[in-house]
Amino acid sequence: MTDQHTQILNATKVILERNRDKIGALIDQILEHAKGQSFGDSSLFAIRLAIEEAITNAFEHGHEHLDPSLPIQVEYAVSETDIQIAVQDQGPGFSPADLPDPTLQENLSKPSGRGVMLMKAYMTDVAYNEKGNRVKLRFESPSL
Amino acid sequence: MSDSRLKISNTDGVTLVEFIDRNILDEANIQAISEEITAVIESADIPKLLISFSNVDHLSSAALGALITINNKTREKSGQLHLANIDPQIYEVFVITRLNKLFNIHETTDEAQNAFAS
Repeated sequence: MTDQHTQILNATKVILERNRDKIGALIDQILEHAKGQSFGDSSLFAIRLAIEEAITNAFEHGHEHLDPSLPIQVEYAVSETDIQIAVQDQGPGFSPADLPDPTLQENLSKPSGRGVMLMKAYMTDVAYNEKGNRVKLRFESPSL
Repeated sequence: MSDSRLKISNTDGVTLVEFIDRNILDEANIQAISEEITAVIESADIPKLLISFSNVDHLSSAALGALITINNKTREKSGQLHLANIDPQIYEVFVITRLNKLFNIHETTDEAQNAFAS
């Protein structure tokens, strides 16, 4: 089920409902851990943005045709060298390679399709499992 | 509109829109903001809209999508949309997505206000 390249060792696992307060609280909690490991403001900006996009994608697209009360799973592990976050939904998955490039001139006026590219732009690594319903984000400390 | 997430004012025929929230991330919030700005566009013959991000620390791709829809609707009515006061970290998001090429972005609201006149 979980492909090896999207696994996180010794991760904290959280079952997350589609509730803005709970989503916000979890992200704040992860960022507090990151602050504790001396990640700076620009790193925290990048991490918040990428987690928001991953969670939004899981609920908006992953669970698009499913019961809206279904939760997703978020896993995270923070160390002084990197922060790893995995977001897994219960949907059928998708193929990130099939997404159109939102920066092409003909796509600039389209209102959607920028979440995955932003995650890739801000994170050190972004990996999907084979099914495409789990994404792992890894952000390496810039001080390394 | 007691639960509005926006501060809206008019100066010299230009509607200035400012955000109350520092984070524009929540889907429901973005939807509400989008509807409120769309109402402003629809009520104007030729909309002149200036959106200031002076209070904003974070925005998501969904917020960018809402801005694009607002831009499209403004253009459909031959109007103008200008953006101003964007934090450097958020401006980088516009650059990465190349949306700095789509939007008219100014450092200050004064500069943007002058752009309407020119």
